Amino acid sequence: MKINWFKYASPASFYPLAGQLVPKFAAVAAVLVLIGLYVGFFHTADQLGGSNPQKEYYRIIFVHVPTAWMSMWLYLVLAGWSAIGLVFNTRLSFMMANAVAPTGAIFTFLALWTGALWGRPSWGTYWDWDPRLTSELILFFLYIGYMALHSAIDDSRRADRAAALLAIVGVVMLPIIYWSINCPDPNNCAALHQRSDPGSIHASILIPMLLITLGFWSYSFATAFMRLRDIILTREADSAWVRDMLLEARADTGGGSGTSSGVPAGAGRGAV
Amino acid sequence: MQDFLGQGGFAFYVWSAFGMTFGLLLAEVLVLRRHHRTILQRVGRLVRLRKQNQPPGEPK
Repeated sequence: MKINWFKYASPASFYPLAGQLVPKFAAVAAVLVLIGLYVGFFHTADQLGGSNPQKEYYRIIFVHVPTAWMSMWLYLVLAGWSAIGLVFNTRLSFMMANAVAPTGAIFTFLALWTGALWGRPSWGTYWDWDPRLTSELILFFLYIGYMALHSAIDDSRRADRAAALLAIVGVVMLPIIYWSINCPDPNNCAALHQRSDPGSIHASILIPMLLITLGFWSYSFATAFMRLRDIILTREADSAWVRDMLLEARADTGGGSGTSSGVPAGAGRGAV
Repeated sequence: MQDFLGQGGFAFYVWSAFGMTFGLLLAEVLVLRRHHRTILQRVGRLVRLRKQNQPPGEPK
């Protein structure tokens, strides 16, 4: 089967496709996260004993690391779509960037929040101006700044371009977060953020961590596509395809008389 | 069960972290669903208003 990918670069044809994909990504996310949580809580008891015993709060790693990874990855996605939008001037790319930003901000907040709750029992403090904490906080402000700048400009085309530029400049924070480590030698200061290589993490920790990360990734697709559909509807409210789709949906559910809510039955499912 | 909920005395930290994470993610989905319905209502009303104001016979 040959798929014409350029067809989906138009909001009108991407809208129904996104609608079909949302429940699929949501289901995959739920399954992956539930398996990850199950393994993380019930099959990592070996971490509590042994030569280097962990305390129970190590379980925060199963949400802390995935949210932190997602916060950086989604920023890269946001900046990537912004760059594509600026170079090729495609409407859908800017809309994608817009749709990803709030989910990215939520993951950044969660990385900071779970980190604080891990820091208190392990470092003895909720917050420290550790390089990685500080740069992650700046990433959070970048997300907020991107959304605030976009909503501050009325003309959506101008808002897209200005916010995209901010997003691209902000990419400089990603390597800073990645390399901001104040403890190059793990033997001297085991509790702080260290240079870690996934190969050195015990499999029973690594597997649930990766499962939950993939689950969050799938979740991000679902929420970004949900938001994207709303952005498309709002921006294309004047276009013929939106009019036809909504009138059709209404005709299917009793011709528009009597339903005081004005919501077509089955809204949220299928094409509408 | 008690052991599981207690998390070795770290219940507050563990459950606050997991609770906020999954609480926020679930809240985001619920807010998006409600937002989508609101937008459909608003745009739908706009569309019907235009259709009513359109003189008959005019191409759409």
